[in-house]
Amino acid sequence: SPLRKEGRAKVLGHAQYVDDLSLPGMWHGATVRSAIARGRIRSIRLSAKIDWSEFAVVRAADIPGENTIVHLTKDHPCLAAAEVNHPEEPILLLAHPDKTALLAGLAGVQVEYDELPGVFTIEESEAAVANNDAERFVWEGTGHNGTANCFRQYQMYSGEAKATEDGLADAFERADFIVEGEYHTGAQEQLYIEPNGVIAECEKDAAGHVVSVCVRGSMQCPYYLVHALTLVFNLPEERCRVIQTETGGAFGGKEDFPSVIGSHAALLAMKCGHPVKMVYDRAEDMAATTKRHPSRTRHRTAVSKDGELLGGEIEIALDGGAYSTLSPVVLSRATIHAPGPYKWPFLRVRSKAMATNLPPHGAFRGFGAPQSLFAMERHMDRIAHVLGLTPEEVRRRNFLATGDCTATGQPLTEPVDMQHLLTWALEESGYYEKLARFAEENRSSPIKRGVGFATFMHGAGFTGSGERRLNSHVEMDLLDDGRPRVLVSSTEFGQGTNTILCQVAAQTLRVPYESVAIAQPDTSLVPNSGPTVASRTAMIIGKLVERASTQMLETLRAHAGLPADHTCEQFTEAALRYLQEHGALRNSVHYEPVKPVHWDDELYRGDAYPAYAWAVYVAEVAVDMNTYTATVTRFDALQEIGKVMHPVLAKGQVEGGVAQGIGYALYEKCVWKDGRMMNNQMTNYIMPTSADLPEIHVHFEEVPSVHGPGGAKGIGELPMDGPAPAILNAIQNATGVSFDSIPLLPEDIFERFTAFTEPHGGSEDLNPEIDRDTRVEAPEVTA
Amino acid sequence: MKATVQFTINGQSNSVEVPPMKRLLDVLREDLQLTGTKEGCGEGECGACAVLMNGELVNSCLVPALQAQGATLCTIEGVSTEGHLHPVQQCFLECGGAQCGICTPGMILATQHLLNKYPNPTPEQIQEGLAGNLCRCTGYMRIFEAVQTAAEALHAL
Repeated sequence: SPLRKEGRAKVLGHAQYVDDLSLPGMWHGATVRSAIARGRIRSIRLSAKIDWSEFAVVRAADIPGENTIVHLTKDHPCLAAAEVNHPEEPILLLAHPDKTALLAGLAGVQVEYDELPGVFTIEESEAAVANNDAERFVWEGTGHNGTANCFRQYQMYSGEAKATEDGLADAFERADFIVEGEYHTGAQEQLYIEPNGVIAECEKDAAGHVVSVCVRGSMQCPYYLVHALTLVFNLPEERCRVIQTETGGAFGGKEDFPSVIGSHAALLAMKCGHPVKMVYDRAEDMAATTKRHPSRTRHRTAVSKDGELLGGEIEIALDGGAYSTLSPVVLSRATIHAPGPYKWPFLRVRSKAMATNLPPHGAFRGFGAPQSLFAMERHMDRIAHVLGLTPEEVRRRNFLATGDCTATGQPLTEPVDMQHLLTWALEESGYYEKLARFAEENRSSPIKRGVGFATFMHGAGFTGSGERRLNSHVEMDLLDDGRPRVLVSSTEFGQGTNTILCQVAAQTLRVPYESVAIAQPDTSLVPNSGPTVASRTAMIIGKLVERASTQMLETLRAHAGLPADHTCEQFTEAALRYLQEHGALRNSVHYEPVKPVHWDDELYRGDAYPAYAWAVYVAEVAVDMNTYTATVTRFDALQEIGKVMHPVLAKGQVEGGVAQGIGYALYEKCVWKDGRMMNNQMTNYIMPTSADLPEIHVHFEEVPSVHGPGGAKGIGELPMDGPAPAILNAIQNATGVSFDSIPLLPEDIFERFTAFTEPHGGSEDLNPEIDRDTRVEAPEVTA
Repeated sequence: MKATVQFTINGQSNSVEVPPMKRLLDVLREDLQLTGTKEGCGEGECGACAVLMNGELVNSCLVPALQAQGATLCTIEGVSTEGHLHPVQQCFLECGGAQCGICTPGMILATQHLLNKYPNPTPEQIQEGLAGNLCRCTGYMRIFEAVQTAAEALHAL
């Protein structure tokens, strides 16, 4: 495998992250934030004890364009003007040449509020709607943008609506069992180790009007920030330049948020006439920026006694926070992934994203799928338990296979073999042997061990017609020395973008990987290849780089005498000849679907994604019944992701995703109080350390896909989806108890066992074994 | 009020005039422009700012400048020699131990410290030895492999 393109700079400590940069005359910026969750701003007072002439102060009224951070709608203000809707909402911005003076400045701003009642959970938001309690409507729905307190809802049927409703009624009528379950997932912090940060510059004309702005910083999607700046400054795109600096982790947390901090720093630069650096400290980053959406998913499933899924109803609710931001698209991915890798004769999925007075939730690796797949995969084990079948039998009975249609009616034309993946994963992980051995050992041990698994898929690329709308643009050019260079706005933040795109170019151009360059994403230089999200870079952008490279070869063959079957020396000769004769070479390609995509946004039917990755993840756990601590003791991650482009990077992606998934399941809890995150420190928000993780075994099945370069499909988000359900399924296997909520911390396990062994509460002599076999999953079973 | 603090850093003696309680992290980054040392949390949890001080691994965000008086310090800039990667750096590069790279300088110094203490580390010693350095990208597996490979490479020297 070729070495990571920017890896040498990283191991030397030479890589330049935004906080490592300093511009001449640079000031530092800070944000005055809301102290309450919801209310009207009565007054903003600046203390007389501070010499404000030393500071730049930006209020909402100073914004030259629109006071909005645009995502899908314009509900999200850049700075709160009249009211605040969540704790830590930005109200005022300060800049000062001396970073240490900012603390006094922040303390010198007094904001007075008339507080309004807030809603802090999905249930409170729903209750306000149910009670028509307009005082607690924190979002006024209009037209396409949902209803009161609801940003967006979807209804997805596995077929024509009426026929599916009839089919469902019939399925529930003739079912041997109806199995119900409710599943909850918590918010999760992305916890990139480099916090959000930017440096902004602003150029003004003699009259003091803003001519252009330039923002460099840590981000995934430079053109998202360009778009945000055009509105905030009322400038055309070409006057808003954005440069991505080396980015120290992102995971979705730097998809939409840089539009906020980038706009803020640019406003301060406008005000003070100097470059302004804003880098959040950890506490501010955790309290004020986006997290994974908390969710509640309800399943009601009609099944035959031999485990066939006859019909299903799924209801998903996400907590979107105070503004809609990306919630509608997160909800979309949650909805489409909710049915799992199964055949559903009749299925209805209803989903909604509710408004609350929490800081807006946003993108995080998986983007809704980890939530709905957690529910689906826990529910499959519940079905198996109710039917007295094994988790394996129930899944095998219902797996999608080549030629089947997904729940959106998408025919699976590329080979899919979940049966084989499951067989392989269970063998590889020693599942059967462990199942038997642990059952035996658990009788006499206070450490209860278990194994469990999840089977799932993840769609690569934007949903439905999304890729066509993005119309991604990729270019290649030649450097002065004849080396080819890739020009994309797709960013590197650890996943390997630089490396794999250069690999694709090198393979197509038949030149050494080392000779291929990739430009720093600078919107004044690189075209818009779309956002670096949605497991789309390797597959979609990789394919475009392949096409641009092919085009470059054709140009050099036609105009610079490049022979067929060329050597790399001949490539350089031809490249130099071309440059000498023509000055420069730029090859440019736009997205074209490999196959026609049919998608109906209204009915939510059709080809949801160009391709899917398929996976079986197996977790082995140990639950210590003295401390109620659950630990993952081994993890096997098997996936079919098309052709593996770079085994080292691919393994790294999977292992990192599994680690985040283990954190999601067992460690990472956001503690909320009136909409405010109370544990916004690494000290008390616990992510897995090297001592917390088991051996993670990664296995790849390679089935080349037509959609990506050299047969590759997307991989980035997939490994986030499987760990949580696999782990909770294993805990059920170990303890006999079904836990349906994550994160599952020792106190939660303790509470559950003590609650049903000692109904009156409190006990010194806890013996969960006694109740293990007698506990019945009562209400969800009806014969 | 400023104090003169003298120390040896990456093999060279140096002295800075700084407030005595200034964080060593800021002295390195701001006064000495050694920006390879990163800030991840500012409270000694993540290890991104780890450096070697008298051979011990410390979080430089928790060390007041004055405490570095007379100390021998090593930062990531002192690990390579004349542009040649140290075997630990080479192994991180080859094994995929660096992804986004922000934890990498601290992780490499933690590895140096670990391998000084245990030239033949067991998997458990590696896991424990790096437990003060958080990495959100890799899930640590590639890092473990890098450390193991580096241990072998150092023996072969």
